Amino acid sequence: MSKKTSQKIAFFIFRLLGLLVVGILVWILGFIVYNGIGVISWEFLTSAPSEGMTSGGIFPAIVGTLCLVAGSIVFAFPLGVMSGIYMNEYAGNGKLVRFIRIMTNNLGGIPSIVFGLFGMALFVNAFKFGDSIIAGSLTLGLLILPLIIRTTEEALKAIPDSFRTGSLALGATRLQTVARIILPMAFPNIVTGLILSIGRVSGETAPILFTVAAYFLPKLPTGIFDQVMALPYHLYVIATSGTDIEASRPVAYGSALTLIAIVLLMNMLAGILRKCFGKKIK
Amino acid sequence: MKALRRFAEHLVEGLLALSGSVTSLAILLIVIFLFKEASGLFGSPAIEKGYVLCVHSTNSTDVLNPYQIKRIFDSETANWNELGGKDMEISLFRFDDIFSLYSDEELGEDYSLLPEKLGETISQNPAILAFIPEKYAPAENPSVKILKIPEISFSDIFGGKEWFPTATPAPQFGILPLIAGTLWVSLFAILIALPLGMGVAIYLSELSNERTRKILKPTIELLAGIPSVVYGFFGLAVLVPLIQRTLNLPVGETAFAGSLILAIMALPTIITVAEDAMRNTPKAMREASLALGATHWQTIYRVVVPYAASGITAAVVLGTGRAVGETMAVLMVTGNAAVMPHSLFEPVRTIPATIAAELGEAPGGGVHYQALFVLGCVLFVITMAVSISAEIISKRNRGKQA
Repeated sequence: MSKKTSQKIAFFIFRLLGLLVVGILVWILGFIVYNGIGVISWEFLTSAPSEGMTSGGIFPAIVGTLCLVAGSIVFAFPLGVMSGIYMNEYAGNGKLVRFIRIMTNNLGGIPSIVFGLFGMALFVNAFKFGDSIIAGSLTLGLLILPLIIRTTEEALKAIPDSFRTGSLALGATRLQTVARIILPMAFPNIVTGLILSIGRVSGETAPILFTVAAYFLPKLPTGIFDQVMALPYHLYVIATSGTDIEASRPVAYGSALTLIAIVLLMNMLAGILRKCFGKKIK
Repeated sequence: MKALRRFAEHLVEGLLALSGSVTSLAILLIVIFLFKEASGLFGSPAIEKGYVLCVHSTNSTDVLNPYQIKRIFDSETANWNELGGKDMEISLFRFDDIFSLYSDEELGEDYSLLPEKLGETISQNPAILAFIPEKYAPAENPSVKILKIPEISFSDIFGGKEWFPTATPAPQFGILPLIAGTLWVSLFAILIALPLGMGVAIYLSELSNERTRKILKPTIELLAGIPSVVYGFFGLAVLVPLIQRTLNLPVGETAFAGSLILAIMALPTIITVAEDAMRNTPKAMREASLALGATHWQTIYRVVVPYAASGITAAVVLGTGRAVGETMAVLMVTGNAAVMPHSLFEPVRTIPATIAAELGEAPGGGVHYQALFVLGCVLFVITMAVSISAEIISKRNRGKQA
């Protein structure tokens, strides 16, 4: 076989593989959208499940997921941004920062079920929060912390040093430089991290299994110590252990589509933001 | 005024430093809580708390390990000689049996005569093995011997081949089948994902033009963004029936289904990391190879891929780490049978799936609960090792470039 033919065969295979990956995505999304689009209606999104979760809507699950998103962001976003600022603007490049960076990476690599175990041991049992929005939010908050820190750091790194030196040369203090010059410039990219973590939180199931998620709870939460239903857990429940799995399939398709729509919308939004503001700085 | 401002500066700086340490603190707390809850399992009695096992005093057996106890109560061990004793059929006696031998009057008020009657029953039967509450145990009766109950040991857990956390009287916490199941599923996932991911990475970094890149890159990001429970649902609704039909299996929920789903989920990680590594190959090396007369393809597999080898290794390690820790998708499609896997087309159960499936039913603080935390620790250690080795590998990669 000549060099040319083997090259042709190899490149043909690589093109095929590239197509295959696109095909897989189209298959998964197509399957969910095709089966789910007919189920989605205003009523489906705004009513509670009924008849053993085989019909009715998913409103409590959507509200629950929104609560968890809000709770975890309130906890993790300020903390993550502050941590990112410290690492990029204050800490320099010593051993300590390297250690913190490794720890942040490691935290990001811990499986979500381990966060669930930890959240249950610490927030639910040791802090006696019980299964509650606050326990679930704190657990999810820890999970997205590395993501927020990383995007914040990247956003800050993208700002040229001349802005820092310029501001300092004009007599501004370090804090003033960070608060008035650096942060406003990096803000759009930091928000990208925020949006990505919203997508992540809405889709996570394992960390909320034992910290907040309720199997079936048609009433809406009234405080942060209430249990809630959550969209991903709801999908898991009706797909695997509902009273009548076949009958609840349409609800499952509808839930899956809603979940995917939220998550992918967030990811796309983050992508657009990054594209628009990424150029501006340069 | 100036002093106040300086004070504020220091305050904010302190706050920032504090929040900088939050991830390290979180890891520390995770280690403490995970290992604290898990450590309770070691040294717990191997049978239900508050119970003892009694035999006749002529019986030469002094101690039974958890596995032996379980086999006896499952009637898999039927004779004392299998345990090194005399040739007698083991006659099992459960606590409830006493109520069919004696009436409530004979047992006395508040069961005060119960220990005596239990002692009588045991002394009459040299082959007996009685499982009774400790508070009724006839300790004074000379013809009754109370067996020493071993503690759950390190080797029972890490060497045990049976996971029956709810078996009575002796729950089995052998985690080997779970570790094997996890590795089995993840390994095949990587075997499927690696060639695929490598191919796509080569295509992306070496062959594709800007336009196809613009389609492929977001596609891969979207794949990474789909929640694992949706992958699980897709697997359950599409792949599982498909596998069952095409391969003519009794059940479609198999290790193979799990591997397929995990392979799709690991693809984005493998592609992104491998592509980055290949793109880092210096232009001079490519050009030198082409100038020497090599074709584009020869340059790719003789120059680019070897150069990016450590980056590709890091991609594999990270992808494996993802696969090992993945919970929901695997839980939904692998069938969850806690047995040693023999083939790809049988149900298996992984460590994360076990935790997710059983923690809800395990009473807090009990041995089962603690055993699940042991699993959590194992998972934590595995993923830490993965993170650190990926770090080391990619650092070596960076060193080479410098």
